[in-house]
Amino acid sequence: MAVWEALLELADDHLVLGHRLSEWCGHAPMLEEDLALPNMALDLIGSARTLYDLAGTLEGKGRDEDALAYFRGERDYRNCLLVERPNEDFAHTVLRQLYFAAFMKPYWDRAMTSTNAVVQGVAGKAGKEMAYHIRHAGEWVIRLGDGTEESARRMADAVEALSIYVDELFDSSDAAQDAEKAGVLPVRAEMREAFDAVIADVFSQALLTQPDVAYGQRGGRTGQHGEGLGHLLAEMQSLHRAHPGATW
Amino acid sequence: MNLSGESDAGAAWAAAAAVPDPEVPCVSVAELGILRWVRLEEGVAVAGVTPTYSGCPATLAIEFAVEAALREAGFEARIERLLSPAWTTDWITEEGREKLKAYGIAPPVNGGKATLFVSVSVACPRCDSLETERLSEFGSTACKAQYRCISCREPFDYFKCI
Repeated sequence: MAVWEALLELADDHLVLGHRLSEWCGHAPMLEEDLALPNMALDLIGSARTLYDLAGTLEGKGRDEDALAYFRGERDYRNCLLVERPNEDFAHTVLRQLYFAAFMKPYWDRAMTSTNAVVQGVAGKAGKEMAYHIRHAGEWVIRLGDGTEESARRMADAVEALSIYVDELFDSSDAAQDAEKAGVLPVRAEMREAFDAVIADVFSQALLTQPDVAYGQRGGRTGQHGEGLGHLLAEMQSLHRAHPGATW
Repeated sequence: MNLSGESDAGAAWAAAAAVPDPEVPCVSVAELGILRWVRLEEGVAVAGVTPTYSGCPATLAIEFAVEAALREAGFEARIERLLSPAWTTDWITEEGREKLKAYGIAPPVNGGKATLFVSVSVACPRCDSLETERLSEFGSTACKAQYRCISCREPFDYFKCI
């Protein structure tokens, strides 16, 4: 396995979650959130672009960011399952964001010492951005969890639905292991402590309990996705599939 | 050709540095700290430009504008996008901070930490009151938050510290 494939996994995580957040644009429950979610979507898509560019360069077959984003089918996408989960309600959206950001914050902080200068560059920006993603999502999880009867029920439903996708974040694929050995990317399993600390802090304030996950869902890194990713890609890729090479 | 009396490198810097930020046109790209340097490499003016946020949509517009300004000043020009070190609001110059405030945007307040439910106290750019409240951490651009002054009741943008 090659390092560029590990970068592709990381880029796919960011693009797919960024696209999910962008689906709220024009539909968020209030104007402030209508600005907040696309703002954070842009952070993720911005990181994805640089990572795709680097992955394509290292692959060396002339695939640029558009080729990698728009001309791969769902079986070729390598994102983890968490990020493709549908938005459902606001509780699902903010919890998914909290899980992802709580993992990526320590990940990018460690990637500041990557042996690859581009990864270092992405890490410097994205680490700071993840700090406010955690803050924004964490505050919402607390408001909803410790809110009304209905908001607490929805928040607990979201925990029930999404907690089974958390463990996959800490797995390193063969490609990721190679990138970790080369010092390009941090070792995923090492994020556990920092992740658990953030989740425990937020959940205790949100009056939520963390369920015991007997069997975590996995498969995204080998291209085995849920139905939702196909729908997401169909929408995201339709313009480029119809008009290859279209630009603004 | 550069016809001014300045050195070529100085003239190239002056031309690039005068480019206004497309989203916050009261300040220049140099005052915001986005333009890091301009070097002459074998007759070509190379400008080092750093994006503010990963997904800032103005990144490309800024690069085009800097390149165009250098060409207009008579240079062959090229842009180098610098990802590292990451841009920080600490790089906004003192003059830039004053211009932001005069434009109605509160300049970044240092020491803002990522703690839940804690927002920094920001002085109103119109009446200087510290009695202000955050309406939203996210605003019209990635770099701004929305605040309201409780003293003079004016809503205003705050340039977030990052």
